[in-house]
Amino acid sequence: MNAAVSSLDARRREIVTPEGITLPVRVGARMSRVGALLLDFTFLYVGLLIVFFILALTLGSLFAAMIDGLDSEIGGLGELIVVIIILFLFIARYGYFLSMELGPRGATWGKRIVGLRVAARDGGRLTADAVIARNLLRDIELFLPLAFISAAGEGQMGNAGLAGAVWFAIFMAFPFFNKDALRAGDLIAGTWVVEAPRTKLADTLSTQGAASGTSAVTGTRYEFSDEELSIYGEHELQTLEQLLRHAKEDALPDVHAAICRKIGWAPGAGDERAFLEAFYAQLRAKLEGDMRFGKRKKDKFS
Amino acid sequence: MKASGFAKWMGRNTVATPPDIESAALRSDRFRLERENDWIRLEAILRRMERGRVRGLSDDDLLALPTLYRTAASSLSVARETSLDAATLKYLESLVQRAWFQVYGPRQGLFSWLRGFLMGGWSRAVREIWLDICIAFAVMVAGSIVGWILVERDREWYYALVPAQFTDSRVPGATREQLLESLATTEDAGGLSVFAASLFSNNAGVAILAFALGFAFGIPSLLLLVHNMAVLGAMIWLFAGQGLGLEFAAWLSVHGTTELFAILLAGAAGMHIGRSMAFPGDRSILAAAAESGRRGALVMTGVVLMMVVAAILEAFPRQLVGGTFDRLLIGGTFLLAWITYFFIYRPTNPEADQ
Repeated sequence: MNAAVSSLDARRREIVTPEGITLPVRVGARMSRVGALLLDFTFLYVGLLIVFFILALTLGSLFAAMIDGLDSEIGGLGELIVVIIILFLFIARYGYFLSMELGPRGATWGKRIVGLRVAARDGGRLTADAVIARNLLRDIELFLPLAFISAAGEGQMGNAGLAGAVWFAIFMAFPFFNKDALRAGDLIAGTWVVEAPRTKLADTLSTQGAASGTSAVTGTRYEFSDEELSIYGEHELQTLEQLLRHAKEDALPDVHAAICRKIGWAPGAGDERAFLEAFYAQLRAKLEGDMRFGKRKKDKFS
Repeated sequence: MKASGFAKWMGRNTVATPPDIESAALRSDRFRLERENDWIRLEAILRRMERGRVRGLSDDDLLALPTLYRTAASSLSVARETSLDAATLKYLESLVQRAWFQVYGPRQGLFSWLRGFLMGGWSRAVREIWLDICIAFAVMVAGSIVGWILVERDREWYYALVPAQFTDSRVPGATREQLLESLATTEDAGGLSVFAASLFSNNAGVAILAFALGFAFGIPSLLLLVHNMAVLGAMIWLFAGQGLGLEFAAWLSVHGTTELFAILLAGAAGMHIGRSMAFPGDRSILAAAAESGRRGALVMTGVVLMMVVAAILEAFPRQLVGGTFDRLLIGGTFLLAWITYFFIYRPTNPEADQ
């Protein structure tokens, strides 16, 4: 738990909007970025395959004529198609990344799936120039190193190849050696990749169930004294909130028993949810009341 | 919990009526219920914008967006001080972040950017790196002189410098006729367009490399320029030795003025980044790199376009037009056109007014 929390905080940054609001952002995890990249290339190649498949179906006879044309000399049209294909491949590769990252979501499909987006590092506007700069450098960071490393592995280029492989490996490993996980393209473009959470508005907890203190099941009225409420802090409150929102019913009795033991009540059975809802509402009322006077209680130890 | 289950059955498009404000036992929940409708409206607007359907938004919604964004932002800062409802805080944080990305998001699509780029953005970026262009030009001239001198001292250098694909008949000791042959036109245009397209892929790759290597303080960019120009110098030596200097220059100039100009710009853009990282002035290194990187990216997009032009020139006119004078005319015209476009064509900057 502690390790998880600290690793969350290690990726937490703050940007200040022009209105002066500090917005927390979380730098995207390196592994999800690798995943997004793999997804993107999968989409790109599958898309290209489909395009060529359709082309082959519709223009199949033309392709046959083109292959004949390579032998004899009547392949003017076929040759044009090859030219278009070469240019199309180039445009597809850059166009996919550029148009998607310039779109309103600021992310390719792969990044959207893993919940990431591109943003300007200084909190300003993400410009077209920046997106182009970060994408131009992808070649040198990814494909060149891979080519060099595979060539060096086969020993084709001798020591020079080995040196080249090491040199380009530095570019490839760049995101692993800075705290914001910037790749060289991000550094040049002044961008970074952050998490783009899309949360739904959850229900208010204090308007439902036994938040007012009275259980709907048994009609018991739960009231806790200040002393009983002061054993817990904000951390416990939010753990309890998580539990009330998401946990299954059979997890409640344990928590119920633990709280009862702590405040010296005798745990009953059958009305755990109402008890916890009432306890949550009153604990939150107390902590928020203190908060308004500038007193905050981080957790039960403070 | 029961209410949310019911709402789910109703489908996500029906907005569940929020509970009565008075029923909330907590002050922070009342605060939230009073503002909730604004947040939900903002979220609906954002969802449409994120799907790229800005045109589908009503004028009212579009006008309300900045206000709703500020409302949500101030709700967030109040809620941070008064509410311990983690779910609401998390929702508000993500809502304000999404709204911020839309309000301060990229303003241009790819096409409107491209228009601005061709109508002045490109030439402006080129003029901004004039110093780097001068340095890169000096380095290129020096590189070709070095190539010439090296080969003149020792012919073995020719084989070391010039890639194997050029050393078919163009080797030291070749006769004047053989060399003249290699400059001649090909009979027909068959296969040339494919040749052009693959040349483009190849040359654009070299240019992008020259730019991307600028990242390492510009030194690899310079080395790449020196190496490429040394090859050229060696070949000039070869042809000039047989009295074919002018013919070779004409043959090269058809596409060379465009291609060498593009390589010059790519190397200069790379060096611009390297130079600003090495001497960032009073900015931080990262800020300096970002600023010059964006400028360099503009130049580089143009370089890729120039490479397309160069590849077409290399495949068609150079192989089909035979006369020395005609070749020089084509090359010279293009050189003049590029210089005019970059340095004389100066439309007013629309962003400067803002």
